[in-house]
Amino acid sequence: MLELKGIQKSMGGQPVLRGVNLKIGSAEKVVVIGRSGCGKSVMLRIIMGLLTPEAGEVFFEGTRLTGLSEEAWNPYRKKIGMLFQGAALFDSLSVFDNLAFPLREHGEKNEEVLREKVTEALKIVSLSGTEEKMPAELSGGMKKRAALARAIICRPALMLYDEPTTGLDPIVADSINRLILHLGKMLGMASIVVTHDMTSARMVGDRIAYLHEGKIYFQGTPDQVDKCEDPLVRDFVRGHAEGIDVVG
Amino acid sequence: MYLLGKLGTVFTDSCRTAGGVFLLLGDTLRSMFRYRLRWDQMLEQMYFIGIRSQVVVLTTGAFTGAVFAAQVWFQFKRFGMESAIGPTVSIAMCRELGPVLCCLLLAGRVGAAMAAELSSMKITEQVDALRALGVYPVEYLIVPRFLALVISAPILTALALVTGIGVGYFVAVKIFGVDGAYYWDNTIKFTDRKDVMIALIKSFIFAVIIASIACYKGMNCPPGTAGVGKTTTEAVVNASLALLIVNFFLTVLLNALLYSN
Repeated sequence: MLELKGIQKSMGGQPVLRGVNLKIGSAEKVVVIGRSGCGKSVMLRIIMGLLTPEAGEVFFEGTRLTGLSEEAWNPYRKKIGMLFQGAALFDSLSVFDNLAFPLREHGEKNEEVLREKVTEALKIVSLSGTEEKMPAELSGGMKKRAALARAIICRPALMLYDEPTTGLDPIVADSINRLILHLGKMLGMASIVVTHDMTSARMVGDRIAYLHEGKIYFQGTPDQVDKCEDPLVRDFVRGHAEGIDVVG
Repeated sequence: MYLLGKLGTVFTDSCRTAGGVFLLLGDTLRSMFRYRLRWDQMLEQMYFIGIRSQVVVLTTGAFTGAVFAAQVWFQFKRFGMESAIGPTVSIAMCRELGPVLCCLLLAGRVGAAMAAELSSMKITEQVDALRALGVYPVEYLIVPRFLALVISAPILTALALVTGIGVGYFVAVKIFGVDGAYYWDNTIKFTDRKDVMIALIKSFIFAVIIASIACYKGMNCPPGTAGVGKTTTEAVVNASLALLIVNFFLTVLLNALLYSN
C-alpha cells in the first residue's frame, strides 16, 4: 500500500533522515519507534506531503507521490488521515464543525448527512454529545479522540498517528491504543504509529521499526523486538540510559 | 568588523523577508483566481477589521483634524491667513495624515491580530492540519484576510478624512471663531478630487503591505510560544516601517502622475 524508498531530509542544515526504506501492506499496523529528534515525525510529514524530501520517493497504492503539486496531492490526502501530536483541532470551530470540515471541503452540503456522519464518528471514539463544545472545553484525551474522529470521518485507507499517547495518563493512553486497534479492525485501515511509548508499540503494532540515525535500523514483530539482543534496540526497548552521560 | 557582519546579517535577513513577502503576495493573488472565494470567512474578517476598527479610526481622524486645525490657526492668524486653514487641513488630511495614521493604526490593531492568530495556528499544527485535510492554507487563511483588509482600509480612511475635516471645521469655526463661510468655501475650492484619490490609493497600497507582512510573519512563525510574541511584534514594526518608507515614494510618484500638468 505504501512504500518509502531512500527518503532523505535535513532540518536546519542537519541531516535527519538519511535513506529511510519502509513498506506497509494493506491493513497492516506498523509502529515506528526511536529516540527523540530521530526524525519519526518528519517521516510522517513526508508521507502526508507536508514536507518534501531532498531525495527518495514515496509510493502510495502504486502512485509516486513525491514531487506532486499541492493540488495534485489533495485526492491522496482524502485517502490518508493523520492524527497530530497536539490534536490540531481548529480552535475557532466547535467539535461538530471540526468534524464536518473535511466533509464540507469534499463537497458534502446536506446538513442532515453531515450531522449523521459526525454523530457516528463521535460515537466510534466515545465522544457522543460533545458536538457543540469548543476544543478549549475538552481535556487532552478528548481532544485526541475528537481529532481522531475528524481524521477518520472520510474513511482513509491509511492512518498516520504522531505520538498518539504522549502527554496522556496511562488509562487515557490505553483507551487511545484500544481505539487505534478498534479502528484498524472496523475500517480495515493500515496505520503507521510513531511513538516512544513501548506499551503502546507492543499493543498496536503488527510490526515495529526502530529508526536510528536517519535509517530503519531494525524491524520485526513485537516479540522479535523484545528478544532482540542488539544493544541499541535493547536499551531503547527496556528504557536503559546506561550509554548516556547524565551527570555531565 | 563585528558591526559590519551584523549589518550584513540584517541586510540579508531583510532581503529574505522581502522576498518571502513578495512570493506570498504572488501566491495570494494566484489563489484568489484559482480557488473559490470563501465569502463567510471574508465577511467575518471584514466585520473584525472594518466594523470593529471604526472607533479607533474615527477617534484618530477626529483628533488629528482637531490638533492640526488648532496648530494651523496658531500660525496662520499671525499673518491674517485664517481663511486658508480649511484647505490646509483638508489637503493634509487627504494626502498624508488620513491614510498614514489610519493605516498605522490598522497595522497595530489588525496586523498584530493577523500575525498572532496565524502564528498560533502554525505552532499548534492547525496549518498543517488544514493541508492534511486537503485545504490550501493560503486560500483558506490568507485570501479572506487580505481581501477584507484591502477593501476595508480605503473605507476606513474615507471615514477618518470626513471626521478629521469635520472636526477641524468645528475647532476652527466654533472654538477659534474663524468665519465658517470662508472656511468651507475655501476648503471646497482648493481640495481637489485628486486629493481624495491620493488618500484612497495610498490606503489601498498600505493595506496590501500590512496584510502581506502580517500574514508572512504569521505563517513563518518560529516554534514555541515565544515565537508568537516575537512574530507579532515584528509584523507590526515591519509593516509600520514599510508603510512610512513606501509613503514617501508614493507621495512623489502620485504627485508626478496626478499633478504633472
